[in-house]
Amino acid sequence: MNIKTRIAKDRIQLWTVCFFAALTAVPLLAIIGEVVIKGFGQISWSFLTEPTPTAYKAMKAVQAGEPIPGGIANGIVGTLIMVGMAAIVAIPVGILCGAFLAENSKKRSAVIISFLTDLLQGTPSIIIGIITYIWVVVPMKGYSAIAGSGALFIMMLPLIIRSTEETLKILPTSLQEAGLALGANRASVMLRIQLPAAFGGIFKGVLLSISRVTGETAPLLFTALGCSFIRWSINKPISAVPLLIWEFFNDPHLQDLIWGASFFLLLFVLTLNLTAKYIAKKWNQ
Amino acid sequence: MESVKPILEFKNTCVSYTKQTMAVKYVSAAIERNTITSIMGPSGCGKSTLLRSVNLMHNLYSNIRVDGEILLNGENILDMEPIDVRRRVGMVFQRPVPFPTMSIADNVMAGYLLNNIHISKSEKAKTVEQCLRSVAMWDEVKDVLNKKGTFLSGGQQQRLCIARALAMKPDVLLMDEPTSALDPIATNHIEQLLLELQKEVTILIVTHNMGQAERISSHAMFMYLGELVEYGDTKKLFSQPADERTKAYLKGKIG
Amino acid sequence: MKEKVYNILLYVTAAVIPILCGGIFYALCTDAYGAFQHFGFFQFITSTDWNSTPGHEQYGALPFITGTLMTTILALIFCIPFSLPVAMFVGEYFKGTVVASILSTITDLLAGIPSVIYGLWGFFTLRPLLMAMNISPQGSGVLTASLVLAIMIVPYAASLSAEFIKMVPDDLKEGAYSLGATRAEVIRRIIFPVAGSGIFSSYILALGRAVCETMTVTMLIGNTNNIPTSVTATGNSMASIIANQFGEADGLKLSSLIAIGLILFLITAVINVIGKIMIKKARIS
Repeated sequence: MNIKTRIAKDRIQLWTVCFFAALTAVPLLAIIGEVVIKGFGQISWSFLTEPTPTAYKAMKAVQAGEPIPGGIANGIVGTLIMVGMAAIVAIPVGILCGAFLAENSKKRSAVIISFLTDLLQGTPSIIIGIITYIWVVVPMKGYSAIAGSGALFIMMLPLIIRSTEETLKILPTSLQEAGLALGANRASVMLRIQLPAAFGGIFKGVLLSISRVTGETAPLLFTALGCSFIRWSINKPISAVPLLIWEFFNDPHLQDLIWGASFFLLLFVLTLNLTAKYIAKKWNQ
Repeated sequence: MESVKPILEFKNTCVSYTKQTMAVKYVSAAIERNTITSIMGPSGCGKSTLLRSVNLMHNLYSNIRVDGEILLNGENILDMEPIDVRRRVGMVFQRPVPFPTMSIADNVMAGYLLNNIHISKSEKAKTVEQCLRSVAMWDEVKDVLNKKGTFLSGGQQQRLCIARALAMKPDVLLMDEPTSALDPIATNHIEQLLLELQKEVTILIVTHNMGQAERISSHAMFMYLGELVEYGDTKKLFSQPADERTKAYLKGKIG
Repeated sequence: MKEKVYNILLYVTAAVIPILCGGIFYALCTDAYGAFQHFGFFQFITSTDWNSTPGHEQYGALPFITGTLMTTILALIFCIPFSLPVAMFVGEYFKGTVVASILSTITDLLAGIPSVIYGLWGFFTLRPLLMAMNISPQGSGVLTASLVLAIMIVPYAASLSAEFIKMVPDDLKEGAYSLGATRAEVIRRIIFPVAGSGIFSSYILALGRAVCETMTVTMLIGNTNNIPTSVTATGNSMASIIANQFGEADGLKLSSLIAIGLILFLITAVINVIGKIMIKKARIS
């Protein structure tokens, strides 16, 4: 093959790669664009502070040509309660477990636990929903915020473990050695030196895991179930923003609320996502 | 003295990594056909940078600029297509890097495979044998040609890399400290090999090792802080260096 | 003393993971037992009947296993032309540049979008588009679901493969360039063979992701309990049949759904284990 054809081929490949790589931005822009355009107008004070209307009320409003009353406050409260409860348990457990894996990385027990963490991370969220149903909903004889947060806890845990372990592992070993050389025990070295040094990475992992479970619908379907008014108790069915989107999707009368709720969820999740990365970058500098 | 047309000629060659700093400054030198020329100097003096400019390796990195002229058989390679130049100018690197996914035979023929040059099976077998013979490796590997080259010793791997470069029948062979990662015995092998090879190809070799330069090269260059300080006959450069800096280097005071 | 408490704490938290994994497997097995006992394991996974009429109850998993296989394999095929260029762009052509980090951020954001929002976009934008283009008569179906799934797994496949492409040593690439190869030739003959096993394992893990996905598929696949007869036909995946019918199921049906959950759990576990082992091997070599 002569040189000209080979160079031409090389150029064509470069442009093809650039073209297809650029194409992946299209769905992102299309999705964000659609949600923003259709949803931004629906966001209002009452949308954020009032619970979801009943289908009947919504139908009446549509028939009368008025905007649907109410909003997604029940979902926001439920999401806050469930994600908050899940995070309070998952963060310490996840960090300690990550510390265990980083400290004992060569031990057989750690290899097995690391492997099982991968397994848990790869488990479909719907299965985690089923499991929490079996473990929590059936014994408690009812759907509840506790069950929902249990499912979210199981989803968060492997994510926090992984990010903690990975951040601790890339710390220079001299850090640990320096601490031990001063006569500190391993507990103090981990708590006072290694974990603070790894704070940026762990914080990023925690924020990303929160952003991830906030958008989850499947594990809440048969655990939190949903609820059409604002509820603060944790042993009763409760709603969540992604759960509301799913309800609006299935209920033709409520479909007008779908984009506002999606806009809110997407804004929250992606902001958290970008913040996490920004903070990690700042912290590392 | 009869003047022979040089195969390679640097004319005011400059290489810069940033706008302010030049790694190679206005080097001019002519290299004669079928000679071994060694480039010496303390680390960071720009000798590898100069060598790599002949193979247009700098084109791979957008921040590096090469100015002046480098003539190969009278043609300025800076105006030529890099892939064309690199076929005519072979290069052997510091660390032996056979391609791990290719067999020994394919490693020798890598240039043909990479450049999509199709040749007949018998011709291929002939080239493999010829190249491996010229690096004195044929007898060692003739039974394992279809195995991956990764089990070979460091010295063998480096010879395989030389064979790979020779297979393209280059006019000039560039070597960037080819023995610095090898033990003394393997180094000795390679040195003997280079003395043989200069019948076929012109060799430009960067070396840290003054003894090596003295043993193998007919011409020597001494570079310091990016400048070509002295260039000439090896024996003369070692016995009667003209420049104070060369003298200091040979005495081990710099570098 | 402090050291002792710390060590006990580490081991206790680390034990959470094996307990969760073992518990999930055990709970799924016990609750799926009813269905396997009633129908027989092979009968269950090869039967295509799904009938919940009292007295004629008959449940088989084959349509859903087929649905899952079809959607995920199609998704994998659709994702390659986008994820591979992204990986080449980020890992080789524009390695370490600002454009590469912009593209990485774009794919990260794609990975951050909640699946219920992907489902909405697929339903309200892509589905009408496919209908208008006469590709799919009813819009919903295997094809629609797998197109959106493909977009969802691009980030995973791309970022992992880019990591392996980046790891190909500069020595090797320079060696190939020094023989006169063009960049396209270096990519094809050196980078792909060297990074090949890593890239392949990235796609296995991406496949695992696609198998897990619940909400998007549930919203787009059409939810019919038959084996999809063509790529545009409707069907159900294992995750979507659970999401759709678990809420109102009891008795034998509940057990059958959990049995499908168990099969899904095992499939994802196998895919993830194979993927992780391959990744580890590829990283070492």
